[in-house]
Amino acid sequence: MPKRVGIEVSLAASEAACAADTDVVAAYPITPQTHIVEHLSELVADGKLDAEFVPVESEHSAMSVCVGSSAAGARTFTATSSQGLALMHEILFIAPALRTPIVMVVANRALSGPISIWNDHSDIMAERDVGWIQTFAENGQEVFDLIIHAFRVAEDPEVLLPIMVNLDGFTLSHVIEPIEMLSASEVKRYLKPYKPQMVLDPKKPVTMGPVGMPEVYTEAKRQIEALLQGSKKVVVKAWKEFAKHYGRTYKPIETYRMKGAEVVLLTMGSVSETAMTAVDRMWDKGMRVGLLRFRLWRPFPLQEFRRAMRGVKVLAVMDRAISYGGLGGPVFTEVRSALYGTFEQPQVFGFVAGLGGRDITVDMFEEMVKKAIRYAKRGKGPTYEMIGVRER
Amino acid sequence: MAKVDAIIGWRNLEIGCAITEPGSSRKLRTGDWRSQRPVTDRKKCIKCGMCWIFCPDIVYSPLRSGFYKWDGEYCKGCGICAHECPKDAITMVTEGD
Ligand code: SF4
Ligand code: SF4
Repeated sequence: MPKRVGIEVSLAASEAACAADTDVVAAYPITPQTHIVEHLSELVADGKLDAEFVPVESEHSAMSVCVGSSAAGARTFTATSSQGLALMHEILFIAPALRTPIVMVVANRALSGPISIWNDHSDIMAERDVGWIQTFAENGQEVFDLIIHAFRVAEDPEVLLPIMVNLDGFTLSHVIEPIEMLSASEVKRYLKPYKPQMVLDPKKPVTMGPVGMPEVYTEAKRQIEALLQGSKKVVVKAWKEFAKHYGRTYKPIETYRMKGAEVVLLTMGSVSETAMTAVDRMWDKGMRVGLLRFRLWRPFPLQEFRRAMRGVKVLAVMDRAISYGGLGGPVFTEVRSALYGTFEQPQVFGFVAGLGGRDITVDMFEEMVKKAIRYAKRGKGPTYEMIGVRER
Repeated sequence: MAKVDAIIGWRNLEIGCAITEPGSSRKLRTGDWRSQRPVTDRKKCIKCGMCWIFCPDIVYSPLRSGFYKWDGEYCKGCGICAHECPKDAITMVTEGD
């Protein structure tokens, strides 16, 4: 049994990439991801990780190097955050198109403006549609485990797509937690060496990334969509295998006290632990409230979500990103659309909270639930609303 | 079913749409959407080879006689050869005329 150590979650993320025997790391430091990259450069400099560390001049270059090194057959890792992720945007689409199984940690942080180094999900929600598998960690242990899992899924010949593992900046990245750290040899039993299926190699030249004329572009897109949708079963299977090896079980969707719940609160990321406390307190007060959280966000776990929602009358969705001029936060609009047309279509209400590091308290969760119940009784409510915003 | 002008089914695409066979650009007939074509007046031509050098699609090839042969499969009708010819020996004429 591996021993538990008290470690900063950022460092645990680097240790996970190290235990996975990463070949290439290309990254540019950005708050709050900095400690991850800093520690990886230490691990490489100290000879603990036999990898090429490429100190690039921007995130655009970081992702470009990652695509190149992965195309050359190297196991590739990077990490970024916020503006850095936004600067990668252009290359993010290319990674799945070239089938490069890069693993990237995103320490979620608000996007400018105003400039904010603090946590929310606006960075990742702006990259929903780039064709990467996306998972969200709730705690430090999950960060470590999801990174190991990510390599296994990404490199599966049936998948060969890049993965982003999301963790909340500061509120998760900078806390010290007790984590069971798997050693490289323990990881090896689960994660086999990467066998690339298409390699850039002068001995057998191929052209990667050629132009897609109208006669082929649609088919290229269709293929990535099919692969991403199809990756769900590999994601789930890899979690089952993970449980067999290390005893920790993960599923696409996590639920808490859903049995007999009238109202369900939907969250993502580390704030779910506060939400659990809120749920416990509400049950104590006689309110029947359950909690649902997405661990897997791309591909969207539609069947699992609909199954979990069976019998639920009211759903309160919390978003940590705003979609200017839209119909509500990105999670809300998507979740509501996932439930549209289902037999027992619940009433869904959206709440935007915790932007740019604003604390989300137990009271706020209670406020969202109470509002959702009130709107449901009335049969109508605002399309969505912001929680904890000062008017004057 | 509506007519689809796709050249390959999505299930059959190479990994990452990679091109694994060398020289495949020959298969791309860049000349099939041309609206104008260059016509050389060999009476004016001094065999300087400017058209051959400047053509972006390597459409001209040298002949033993010193003149240059034009290949309509790949000429996209850009007019660069006509523009560069020092003797104005090349005229662009509208396709179909
Ligand atoms: S028109 Fe353009 S493509 Fe055609 S031969 Fe002249 S230079 Fe080449
Ligand atoms: S550029 Fe004009 S003169 Fe020179 S070889 Fe071509 S056609 Fe002849």
